[in-house]
Amino acid sequence: MAKFTAKPADLLKINFKTPKTDWMDTPVEIREHMYCHPAKAKDLETVGFPNIHEWKPTDENWNLPENWKEIVLSGIKERLQKYRSFHVFMDICVRCGACADKCHFYLGTGDPKNMPVLRAELLRSVYRKYFTTGGKIFGKTAGARELTEDVLKELWYYYYQCTECRRCSVFCPYGIDQAEITMMGRELTNLLGLQLGWIAGPVANCYMKGNHLGLEPHTIKSNIEFMLDDIETITGIRINPTFNRKGAEILFVTPSGDLFGVPGVYTAMGYLMLFHELGLDYTWSTYASEGGNFGFFTSNEMAKRLNYKIYAEAKRLGVKWILGGECGHMWRVLHQYMDTWNGPADFLEVPKSPITGTVFENAKSLKMIHVIEFAADLIKHGKLKLDPSRNDHLRVTFHDSCNVARGMGMFEEPRYVIKNVCNHFYEMPENTIREKTFCCGSGTGLNASENMELRMRGGLPRANAVKYVRDHYGVNMLANICAIDRATLQASMDYWVPGTAVAGIHELLANALVMKGEKERTTDLRGEPLPQKSTEKEGAE
Amino acid sequence: MKILFPFFAVIVLVLLAMIGVGGANLQSLFGVVVPYAAVLIFIIGIIYRVIKWAKSPVPFSIVTTCGQQKTLPWIKQNKLENPSTTLHVIGRMALEVLFFRSLFRNIKGELKDSSRFIYGSDKWLWLAGIAFHYSFLIVLLRHIRLFAEPTPSFLHLLETFDGFLQIGIPRLFMTGIILLAAVTFLFLRRVYIPQVRYISLQADYFPLFLIIGIATTGILMRYFLKTDVVAVKELTMGLVSFNPVIPKGIGVIFYIHLFLVSTLFAYFPFSKLVHMGGVFLSPTRNLTGNSREYRRINPWNYPVKVHTYEEYEEEFREKMKMAEIPVEKE
Ligand code: SF4
Ligand code: SF4
Repeated sequence: MAKFTAKPADLLKINFKTPKTDWMDTPVEIREHMYCHPAKAKDLETVGFPNIHEWKPTDENWNLPENWKEIVLSGIKERLQKYRSFHVFMDICVRCGACADKCHFYLGTGDPKNMPVLRAELLRSVYRKYFTTGGKIFGKTAGARELTEDVLKELWYYYYQCTECRRCSVFCPYGIDQAEITMMGRELTNLLGLQLGWIAGPVANCYMKGNHLGLEPHTIKSNIEFMLDDIETITGIRINPTFNRKGAEILFVTPSGDLFGVPGVYTAMGYLMLFHELGLDYTWSTYASEGGNFGFFTSNEMAKRLNYKIYAEAKRLGVKWILGGECGHMWRVLHQYMDTWNGPADFLEVPKSPITGTVFENAKSLKMIHVIEFAADLIKHGKLKLDPSRNDHLRVTFHDSCNVARGMGMFEEPRYVIKNVCNHFYEMPENTIREKTFCCGSGTGLNASENMELRMRGGLPRANAVKYVRDHYGVNMLANICAIDRATLQASMDYWVPGTAVAGIHELLANALVMKGEKERTTDLRGEPLPQKSTEKEGAE
Repeated sequence: MKILFPFFAVIVLVLLAMIGVGGANLQSLFGVVVPYAAVLIFIIGIIYRVIKWAKSPVPFSIVTTCGQQKTLPWIKQNKLENPSTTLHVIGRMALEVLFFRSLFRNIKGELKDSSRFIYGSDKWLWLAGIAFHYSFLIVLLRHIRLFAEPTPSFLHLLETFDGFLQIGIPRLFMTGIILLAAVTFLFLRRVYIPQVRYISLQADYFPLFLIIGIATTGILMRYFLKTDVVAVKELTMGLVSFNPVIPKGIGVIFYIHLFLVSTLFAYFPFSKLVHMGGVFLSPTRNLTGNSREYRRINPWNYPVKVHTYEEYEEEFREKMKMAEIPVEKE
């Protein structure tokens, strides 16, 4: 595969004209830099996925199993019976097009098959052909089409050009959620062994080692020890967190992305500093060392298998409740699925902040709260000593992570925390934030490097809104609460909005956090000098 | 082709009724048998569809949260966009069904000067949708007059309201005109916006033409090609009392109108028009977003194969001991 060299100006030449030929007669063209490499057989074997075989997206022959058609059709049938969402969404779309220009992949590519409605039609046409009377009788006139290998390839290609961000579902008059349809489509490709390496690898790692990155227990500990050294250099304080400690009050689970690589580690340093300052009785687990869930991008069952370990570990360690880190899809899964899959967590207690005494009734069944809720509550009760001027070199905007926004509805807490730890906060344009937020463009396991064009195109609408606040307010920091965002947005910023850095909120919080017994800080967590404090007030003649 | 075929299909329907009644005198077929059959298909079809959907469970709480969740007491929850009680859900659904809330939100994304995206408000589709559905509803309600004796009093009110312009005799009802205008707009929108044309199927044009046909014949009948209203009422009353009669003197235009309406009824359950029922069953809208507070039960939940802590420790025990991480078994 040739290296991706296209310049931003090239990518901006987006052609929004629709092709001359009808979409059913426009064959799929599988293009380089727009897809991810196939999964490695050993990763699929680790979790027992079916129909493992050699194939390449650009090959004519995908070596499909002989009965692939039956597999797909019975897969569709099963899912229609299991999910009302899927069944209803196959039937009630009126093709009004309200969702069409809401998808970042459509906006960034101009490819009509990236309009959510058409992405859905790719599968609906097959559904009509085999599962509706009208489609069986009238065929193409009723919008039905035969399931062929080309149709399957098209499904595969476009269902891995959707990040299940649910932006389309906000605008649809019936709440039709392409993410639900994409999830089913991906489950079908999974049945045929057509999985991506960037998804299957983390899944296998997570299953065997507890986290996506495949960090082994001693590596987790030593990674965190590196952070502790840095924290000591910056603050003069030595922190001693515990691992797999029985009897701790709280189990802390965060995406492993926070433990590895920049800028995720700064967020993790933020957690460590906050918890130390509070004297929190908590522990990390090397077994439940992942809050994220790439299984969610393969099948519901796999997601459940991966998520299992969080409750299991909470039970083994005998903690009272669970605290979760800054992550996007992790929180969609925890908020909407975990209790159903792996609950009831009746061996835990309703989360109660040991510092403020706040009881989190909104999590009384799941027994798990978001670290931003926890922090917002601390700040509200005045339990933290904060010096926001330490972030004065930053002009900050906030990116609502899709899943936290549209799968949870957490909008105020992160803003509240940011406004308390930073003096310069600017919102991006209204139609690009909160429930209308744009995806980073690299979610759902599409954060590889071989699909860079897709990522940059998909990330364009988000980047464009950041560019707006950069140009208008001099914004230079994009804050977010998602590990995937931290891992992928930097690339998109470097490409589209150079000079903008990316950070988790706990990094900003820790910068501002005045800790007991700390030495005078001269740098922020990144080792960059803190802004000079202006002692005299400006304008005092 | 995609447009022409459905167009001609509706023309054929018109001709069928025209020839059937005007030429072959099949009044009782078009006036009694077909309407009965259509209504029967409609009722059975809708029930069948809804039951079929309802049979598939909603395993997870997958609500699309378009507003602040219920959380700390000092943070204001957006109860209509992120409901946490049944009452909130009813509110959300009412906004959705009565006012097309989600569509009202519509914005248009455009790339300007091939460098920046702008997102402007776009409420035309919402406006046309609202105008179309409400005028259709009122027109439908006005027809109750043909099926009830005496005419219910609320209808007088409705008609006074609808015909307040008092133009001509018979009085001009605005809703008929609005209906025709809105449905024409929806059709033109489908044709003129390239993206929408691209996603449109024959199944999108057919109901539009059908409704245009129904509205046109209705208006023609009322204002231009006068039909004997007394005779029509005799027929409709006969239908509802299951005592069908075919009075004399009803013009062909009435039978065309009735046949198109019957077609719409019969077509309804098998088409995208079932969105009418489906909108109530859409899980992203009709669920509460409090899945951390109350556990949702998945009826087909089943145990899965997991990698237990014991297996994990088995593999890593030595490394854990070296790193001074506590283990269960020494
Ligand atoms: S907005 Fe909804 S109904 Fe309209 S085309 Fe998109 S999915 Fe279909
Ligand atoms: S879920 Fe997001 S990525 Fe997928 S079609 Fe909808 S808007 Fe596009």
